[in-house]
Amino acid sequence: MNGPQDIGGRHGFGAVIPEDESVRFHAEWEKRVLGVTLAAGALGYWNIDASRHARESLSPAIYYNASYYEIWLRALEILLERAGEVSADELRAGQAQAPGQRVDRCLKPDAVAAVLAKGGPTARPGPAPRFRVGDRVRTRNHQPKGHTRLPGYARGHVGVVTLLHGSHVYPDTNAHFEGERPCPLYTVRFDAVELFGEDADPTLSVSIDAWEPYLEQA
Amino acid sequence: MHDHHDHDHDNELDEMTARVRALETILVGKGLVDPAAVDAIIDTYEHDVGPRNGAAVVARAWTDPDFADWLRKDATAAISSMGFVGRQGEHMVAVFNSAGEHNLVVCTLCSCYPWPVLGLPPAWYKSPDYRARAVREPRAVLSEFGVTLPETTRIHVWDSTAEIRYLVIPERPPGTDALDAGALADLVTRDSMIGCDLLRAPA
Repeated sequence: MNGPQDIGGRHGFGAVIPEDESVRFHAEWEKRVLGVTLAAGALGYWNIDASRHARESLSPAIYYNASYYEIWLRALEILLERAGEVSADELRAGQAQAPGQRVDRCLKPDAVAAVLAKGGPTARPGPAPRFRVGDRVRTRNHQPKGHTRLPGYARGHVGVVTLLHGSHVYPDTNAHFEGERPCPLYTVRFDAVELFGEDADPTLSVSIDAWEPYLEQA
Repeated sequence: MHDHHDHDHDNELDEMTARVRALETILVGKGLVDPAAVDAIIDTYEHDVGPRNGAAVVARAWTDPDFADWLRKDATAAISSMGFVGRQGEHMVAVFNSAGEHNLVVCTLCSCYPWPVLGLPPAWYKSPDYRARAVREPRAVLSEFGVTLPETTRIHVWDSTAEIRYLVIPERPPGTDALDAGALADLVTRDSMIGCDLLRAPA
């Protein structure tokens, strides 16, 4: 979707403010958002693409005014409401008013290490790749209303395939629970001048990772 | 260690603290979330999983040519052999800086970042400022980190749009031949493994 998340190459943003690597959080509540988000993921109601889509579906006014952990929290509330595990009344009251459903899937402390170590690999058996390393490809003008991982700045441009990653879960369908539909994933490298015009840095190139449905032969 | 609150009334919570506390209270009340599991997750990323893991990978790549070669061919396997595995590092690619080319990593669409080797992303990495500008004007962004690259150095920005996670292997600083891998790892900054820092020889 052409949502507020899709900001690569946009003008008007400000300076980047570095910080020391010892800073892990800026407030105690951020820690709880991280922990509760990951713990609630174990309930199995959504996948990583669906959670990203919930975040990017926040209204632009909210998205740009929120810190990243606030975006996570707002999306988590929406995902849990959609799952039927939390109601708007409960969120207002700050108290449970009905029992949970998937209590059997509640993440226990002794399972945390294994769950984090397992992660969520997205490589899958899939069709043979249509393109090879070195092929020139053009990204499609792909602008679905739903979730996609083809950024706006990289649509309709010609680049070169530099890496093949095998087949991976396709986020455009997986985010909407329409199946994983694994397809070949590539790294495609573009000259910045191709993406951003003749005033772009001539020493710059940008790569994206693109699923085969995003690409056509150039 | 609360942030900048100068009052001491426990029932006067800032909006976000109240909001996440409400949600956690509901989920715990329903038996859907165990607060001890939340604590364990926080503890993992606050104390165990962080950029010193990545620094160990880099130092080994500098000192062990076979490992560096493995890292180029199959970074997922090479990195997992050091015990750095799991969430947000399931599929790894290592990109090596050289005299002629500098690599920089961003996630323009969200905050994708190689957690097992670098920990949680810093706030600036998730900020719209970095995400919008890194792909178009990386030299300006680098200047905000105090980094100036030669005008002829090619810059390759990697936008993490899928589940592939990128680790930059910075160049080994000159004058470090006598250092062992442990001492070398101490020279490797987190930002250098994102592409936002250049490493210097020890003073």
